Amino acid sequence: MDPSKSTPPKETISLEVFRYQPEEEDESRMQRYEVPLHKDWVVLDALNYIKDQIDGTLSFRWSCRMGVCGSCGMMVNGEPKLSCAAFLRDYAPGPIRVEPLNYFPVIRDLVINMEDFLHKLGEVKAWLLPDEEKPVSEGEYRQSPAELARYKQFSMCINCMLCYAACPVYGHHPDFIGPAAIALAQRYNLDSRDGAADQRAEVIFSHEGIWECTFVGDCTRVCPKNVDPAGAIQQAKVEGTKDWFRSVLVPWGKKPS
Amino acid sequence: MTSQKSKELIRPMPTTWWLGKKSYLLFMVRELTCVFVGAYALLLLVLVSSDQQTFASILKSPVSIVAHLVALPMVLYHSITWFNLTPKVMVLWRGEERVSPTLIAGSNYLVWLVVSIVVAGIAFLYG
Repeated sequence: MDPSKSTPPKETISLEVFRYQPEEEDESRMQRYEVPLHKDWVVLDALNYIKDQIDGTLSFRWSCRMGVCGSCGMMVNGEPKLSCAAFLRDYAPGPIRVEPLNYFPVIRDLVINMEDFLHKLGEVKAWLLPDEEKPVSEGEYRQSPAELARYKQFSMCINCMLCYAACPVYGHHPDFIGPAAIALAQRYNLDSRDGAADQRAEVIFSHEGIWECTFVGDCTRVCPKNVDPAGAIQQAKVEGTKDWFRSVLVPWGKKPS
Repeated sequence: MTSQKSKELIRPMPTTWWLGKKSYLLFMVRELTCVFVGAYALLLLVLVSSDQQTFASILKSPVSIVAHLVALPMVLYHSITWFNLTPKVMVLWRGEERVSPTLIAGSNYLVWLVVSIVVAGIAFLYG
């Protein structure tokens, strides 16, 4: 990765990077940088090159560089992408437009405010809540491969928020619980060790939950982990509908949540 | 970070948001085709409430023929896009394996075909 260790390529590619520096300006602007077009470089490498060699004031988030941490999500030529997985060569001859994730407030440059998403993860209780906590001495909560298969796909989410940046519903209604949070709620609802589906129901089956979704399906298209949040939301709609019918048609059944 | 909160930049969504991206545009087309599905349902109501001669003369009019030529691709697009989305909604399990999405979408087409044959059969028998 260090350009001093290998011969820099003759070719370059330009990046048009979204800049917003709240202490200096009220508006955003695009700034053009020329970077070497290494065959094995991704957009994140180019941004690190800019920060190290050209302009130290550029801010962006990143961590693992291998598509696991979910920190480096950005809009690359208008598409939500993990910048560590977007190869420069695929965008040659360029220029490549790099912007912060759509629909989120921008703190500075490519850094967005993700507090809303983190709050929603808490609202849907995206963690394992067993029916009864048992002491460690009683051993593990056991699960069969078939039970694991039910939720495994939804458990691959890395909280990168690309699905939110792809969702026009979230763009119009920031109250929408959104793709990843609902997929993760489904992930725990479908887990045989979990017993808190009723606690999640109020948030998930509300208007701001699944019923705001109009099934654009772009969340699933952009997901780097093939989680299929659009599928998770539609499946939750089926569950919500069954839940409602049960509560209305079966008088001794549970009350609507 | 909290002290800078007021300075955060909100980027408003343009009204043309659905024009810039193919997937958004196709979504809007899918949503708009429902207008044709609804309009055709209304036309059917008008047809069944009229007597046999008016029924035939409405269908034979040039306006009706043009309307049908426009409505057919719209209704087909609507049906096909929704049929293709059923595997996202319907998840069936066979042990650890999910029933293939092609099979779930395919069964919709099969039912469509059977119903169409039955409707065509009734039309020919009593037409």
